Amino acid sequence: MTAMHAPGLAGTVTRRFAARTRLAFAIPAAILVYLIYAAISFDLAGLVQRARFDNAAILLGDFWSHKTHVTRDNRTDAVTIAIEGENKGTYPGGMLPDWVTSDGTVTTIDLGDGHIVTYDDAGARYAVPGYGTIDIRPQGGKPVLTAPQPIPDWISVAENKVSVTTDQGRFSYSRSKVETFRYEPGWELWFFTLDSPFYGKSWGELIALAATGDRIDPARSNLGYMVSEFWTNKMWRHGDVAWAIFETILMAFLGTMTAALVALPLGFLAARNFSPLGPLRFAARRVFDFIRGVDGLIWTIILSRAFGPGPMTGAIAIALTDTGTFGKTFSEALENIDEKQVEGIQSTGANSLQRARFGVIPQVTPVLLSQILYYLESNTRSATVIGAIVGGGIGLLLTQAIITQKDWEEVAYYMVLIVLMVMLMDSLSGWLRRKLIKGS
Amino acid sequence: MVDAAFGPEQGQRPNLADPRAAYLELVRRKRMYGGILLLVFIALMASGWRLAEDRNAGGFLDGLHQIFAFPAEVLSEAWEKRALLPAIFWDHIPALVETINIAAVATLLGALAAMSLSLLATRGLARWPRLIPLFRRTMDALRAIPEIVIALVLIYILGGGPVPAVIAIALHTGGALGKLFSEVAENADLKPVEGLASVGANWSQRMWLGVIPQVAPNWLSYALLRFEINVRASAILGFVGEGGIGHDLKLAMQWGQGRYDEVVAIFALLFVTIVVIDQVSDRYRQKLVKGN
Repeated sequence: MTAMHAPGLAGTVTRRFAARTRLAFAIPAAILVYLIYAAISFDLAGLVQRARFDNAAILLGDFWSHKTHVTRDNRTDAVTIAIEGENKGTYPGGMLPDWVTSDGTVTTIDLGDGHIVTYDDAGARYAVPGYGTIDIRPQGGKPVLTAPQPIPDWISVAENKVSVTTDQGRFSYSRSKVETFRYEPGWELWFFTLDSPFYGKSWGELIALAATGDRIDPARSNLGYMVSEFWTNKMWRHGDVAWAIFETILMAFLGTMTAALVALPLGFLAARNFSPLGPLRFAARRVFDFIRGVDGLIWTIILSRAFGPGPMTGAIAIALTDTGTFGKTFSEALENIDEKQVEGIQSTGANSLQRARFGVIPQVTPVLLSQILYYLESNTRSATVIGAIVGGGIGLLLTQAIITQKDWEEVAYYMVLIVLMVMLMDSLSGWLRRKLIKGS
Repeated sequence: MVDAAFGPEQGQRPNLADPRAAYLELVRRKRMYGGILLLVFIALMASGWRLAEDRNAGGFLDGLHQIFAFPAEVLSEAWEKRALLPAIFWDHIPALVETINIAAVATLLGALAAMSLSLLATRGLARWPRLIPLFRRTMDALRAIPEIVIALVLIYILGGGPVPAVIAIALHTGGALGKLFSEVAENADLKPVEGLASVGANWSQRMWLGVIPQVAPNWLSYALLRFEINVRASAILGFVGEGGIGHDLKLAMQWGQGRYDEVVAIFALLFVTIVVIDQVSDRYRQKLVKGN
């Protein structure tokens, strides 16, 4: 028996194995060929040249540090010190960070590690330990450099500008101004801006002020003052950011729930076992297909033309898009129910509405709820993107901050907040799902 | 039964001598909770919509009758220039192909990443069981970052073009598919894995020969579903950032009147593409999950 079958069986097995082996090589090969095609069509080679890795360095630097600009206008001799060079972060007159000393016309900047920059009437000097002093004096309006020879490559000398980059900071001298950047870790002014009376105080001092200190502003308590100073922080705008996050969550919540409420009756209409009218069922299904096919992007554009920018437009866009999705999945869930319970209810003389309420809804609730909660979480993410298009919520703040291409510390802040928000909604929807579905 | 429903703590208990009253009491209680929940929900929805309308530039009722104004304007202009439409379709095919390519490459790369991540994060299959939480959190984090954030940051570093969108969508896909893949792999039969282990197969051989063949249909089905989603995401990213048909759409929209025929053409292309991809992947997925 075996001897008779063996050649045929062996042949079949070998052939199948060979086919499988070919397939096992063909699929990865096809994927590879496609990826190579994509790499060529995406111009991957050109990308390497176009990539701006110095931008990446700026970005990463801003994520964990900030810089302070100490600038002297060479025409008026006025020195301004500003965090990130922004108006909102400018030190008011008479207030100096502890690493800057000013003595009439001489300004001394201590960059740490023995790096000292001095601005005075003659020009500016930068003393670098282990190298020497870089001395710059203007002559005929142009900066003239005196420094130990040979000039290293971290000093760049052009006709009208000398700039020095060290590990401690950056220094540049041009015809109009002399500027020094000092980098420090952390997000400066995160709690209080410079004009706030609470700036620069330690935690202990703040707690003492809030608990027992005399009122700074007689009209309100120190704690209330502190909270309002924090909330209206001009640099970080915590209040606006909190509103934006809230708006984003609001869009997701309203959109998802409204879609679910609209889609439930429509789902009955499209389910084979509840809708005896064929044409109506067909129409309902095509409506769902159409809504899903048109896609959120197009709906968002059309709606923002009608309703203008804002969270309501975003919520309607989410509601509309998800009505299509929910309608489809709800009707599928309704088609898959157990008919026995409905029949049982029917035998007691219940009408169709009562059958739906007591025979169907309890069966499908867990499925629908878990769908809705899943979409609530996923829509929080969509609401960020839709916010960027319709102009509402954290998506708008984020795109605005990215477009300015300099406030990367704010971009980092918003990114952290968005990730936290999505994770929070994720665990909230997971928790609700467990509570509502498995708990009952 | 009633006891279990009321919980272990002492307090007011239903009178079990009269089960009818006890049952009605229970129902009343349940209804009350349900009613309160419903009221809270209605209040939340109503106040939410009011708040959203307040913060919106235009009100709901003002906008409602304008909702068809824009589509009508666009369509009427396109109708006047309907002779030009085929040429415009043709012009935008390369951009459409780019959008689909972005989605396809991102889905491929994301699915490859998700394969290894999910196996490393599945109990019973993981290479390093102690590192399971690490891989799970990695997937959570990848899922949590919206594509647009990564895309916009990468556009700043890498310049325009499709690559930032690919990376952004691929990262998100890796996280999202990783979770679904690992749920599938959790239910895989461990016997083939043990069999392979007994003949001395190493971890990657056990996974490749023992687990992947079992889970491949479900994984493929999820990957196809993700591809559908990614085509939409790629169009949106093009609109907000750069590259593909979304970008063309933005340019045409910004131009406004005079190029509405182009807007219609792009809308139609997108619509047809999405519907076709949905239908094809729907059919395939049903075959994969139910067939064989």
